[in-house]
Amino acid sequence: MSAAWMAPDRSRRAVLAAGLGAGLCVAWRPARALSDELTNALRGFTGGAPTREGKVNFDIAPLVENGNTVPITVTVDNPMTAANHVQAIAVFNEKNPQREVISCKLTPRMGRASLSTRIRLATTQQLVAVAKLSDGSYWTHTVDVVVTLAACIE
Amino acid sequence: MARTLIHAPTTARKGEVIEIRTLIAHPMETGYRAGADGRTLPRDIIRRFACRYNGEVVFSADLYPAISANPYFAFYVVADASGSLVFTWEGDNGFAQTESATITVS
Repeated sequence: MSAAWMAPDRSRRAVLAAGLGAGLCVAWRPARALSDELTNALRGFTGGAPTREGKVNFDIAPLVENGNTVPITVTVDNPMTAANHVQAIAVFNEKNPQREVISCKLTPRMGRASLSTRIRLATTQQLVAVAKLSDGSYWTHTVDVVVTLAACIE
Repeated sequence: MARTLIHAPTTARKGEVIEIRTLIAHPMETGYRAGADGRTLPRDIIRRFACRYNGEVVFSADLYPAISANPYFAFYVVADASGSLVFTWEGDNGFAQTESATITVS
């Protein structure tokens, strides 16, 4: 009795486990590669110099309810001394009418390489923050954002 | 004159890293939106923000239409001498505004 009763139960468990696994795969999908739009925008900022992923932390909500004001914080892991500091930070987007979001110049007198502001997002898209260090290297952080209510429509 | 809000400590210890927050009332009209008559509204944004500490620029930013209305910035500065923090905003249609705060460093 028990064998006949267990068999369908086990298969149901297998189906549930498979479904859970698939869900986790979607949640853990790594950030997709940089789009052509963003690659071109980055090239305009760096002048063709190579960029590396890291050091920069681009803090933004992954799911945005209102694209009209989206708080962002860009922080760079850097001591901000005269010899080693962040010279510039820029943020680019993929699908707003213009690629640029903000472009800042920093100095060692800031003590901490961090900037918070609020931006507009026209739709679900990819964003990238890039920092230029005083040694001439460029570091980036790419994020994907889902926007439910877009800016610029009304 | 647009309304501004500036959060900066009035006193600090020498070498302390202080947070500065600024907000200015401005529509930041993107130039991509249509008005009630269906025609595109002309762009009206703040294009540049700068913070000077005792006359020296410590932080500056170029803004684009993707910055929200009423631009807000939060950043850090090392309190190394008593004096003034001067904030300037410049933009389309001759928009220019300067605000200042004083800081005493002990």
